[in-house]
Amino acid sequence: MRAQLDTGKSPAVNKIVATVSEAVADIFDGAVVGIGGFGAAGTPYRLILALAERKVKELTVVATSPRQFEFLIQSGSVRKAITPFARYADPSVPNPLREPYLKGEIEVEVLPIGNLVERLRAAAAGIPAFYCPVGIDTVVAEGKEKRAFGEQECILEHALPLDFALIKGHKGDRLGNLIYRMTARCHNPVMAMAARVTIAEVDEIIEVGELNPEAIITPGIFVHKVVKAEKPPLDWVYKGVVQKARKT
Amino acid sequence: MEGLAKDLICLRAAKELKPGMYVNLGIGLPTQVANFTPQGVILHSENGVLGFGPIASEEQMDWELVNAGAQPITLLPGISFFHSIDAFVMMRGRHLDVAILGTYQVSETGDLANWRMEGEALGAIGGSMDLAYGAKRIIVICEHTDRNGKPRIVMQCTLPLTAKGVVNTIITSLCVIEITKKGLELRELAPGISTDYVQQLTEPKLIISQDLKEMEF
Repeated sequence: MRAQLDTGKSPAVNKIVATVSEAVADIFDGAVVGIGGFGAAGTPYRLILALAERKVKELTVVATSPRQFEFLIQSGSVRKAITPFARYADPSVPNPLREPYLKGEIEVEVLPIGNLVERLRAAAAGIPAFYCPVGIDTVVAEGKEKRAFGEQECILEHALPLDFALIKGHKGDRLGNLIYRMTARCHNPVMAMAARVTIAEVDEIIEVGELNPEAIITPGIFVHKVVKAEKPPLDWVYKGVVQKARKT
Repeated sequence: MEGLAKDLICLRAAKELKPGMYVNLGIGLPTQVANFTPQGVILHSENGVLGFGPIASEEQMDWELVNAGAQPITLLPGISFFHSIDAFVMMRGRHLDVAILGTYQVSETGDLANWRMEGEALGAIGGSMDLAYGAKRIIVICEHTDRNGKPRIVMQCTLPLTAKGVVNTIITSLCVIEITKKGLELRELAPGISTDYVQQLTEPKLIISQDLKEMEF
């Protein structure tokens, strides 16, 4: 027998919202907000800007690098940053986190990317904590419970649940099924899984059934809102020019 | 300082790579090794891509196709994309044959310090700790001395560590050193560079290999 697609019976669910402002309207002061993307690729810039415009306060932001959430630093929305690149990989590029960190305005937790994403996965999977060998003998291990397995010392890493995830998909449908484009996939699927509320900015909204079921990367269960947004201007993507976009 | 230009350091490092190897090139100088890797080497980047080609030209550039250093890269047949969990399973889980990393300091016993510079308030750990722990072989490439002319190869790292005892090979602007149980073994010298000169700019005492030779490219 052959499986057949019954076109008449897709669930009457609609997660599509009209605007990015509407999509971020529920994010509250003090929330833990994960931001997908690695560098510029996969970063939901339109959602980040919409959130910065709301002037929410005291956020804990979880993201790969400060380049991605510079809008939120400028709007004074960040109390704590959890990030593997607490500065740009190239140390000669100005770092928007440095001054607020030195003034004590933003607390910074710097950690290995692998530990970060596995902490997100643990939160997504209902695992409260796990032992990890990465970071032993380094500042990452400071203050953490340690245990040896055979010869290997490990640190206890705790799950990192998110209140909200802002992610960037390529195509999405009203059920929240998503696919990504090339390296813009990166942290987006795990951020989506780790959050109570996941908001996806996509290049294109398509009809239910159009995505090849074998190719769906993030199934709709992990996604709560889908909004179509224009791709960011290329100059936001490059270092330094994010500042130019802000002034206008 | 005398010694190799950065491109030649990368060219020498690329000679360590063989077809069929799965290799991660760390952010900074190592990403440029991609321009010299022999055909058949399969490059991995922690932002979720395996089997990509050289750094893209301006015409080829697509900003959603980048390496972990946010440099635009190119597509090759057989390339695959995956999300971060899988990318770090490949790294932490000992699936990569080689990682080539940059560094600020490396110690006599292979300790690596490459995420925070001297006097820096904040650093960039990125994927360096995951790679340092998980790749089967760690090759470090760097200028032999730091920007103040001080040795990068030291008795003990004074900068915050990335990982302890993980480095296997150091390829610098002056030489190739293998980290062995007995200590640092000087295996190759850059053209025109003497053993004494390398020793002067290296804190630990070097063991001179019986097969010491000039670097070939």
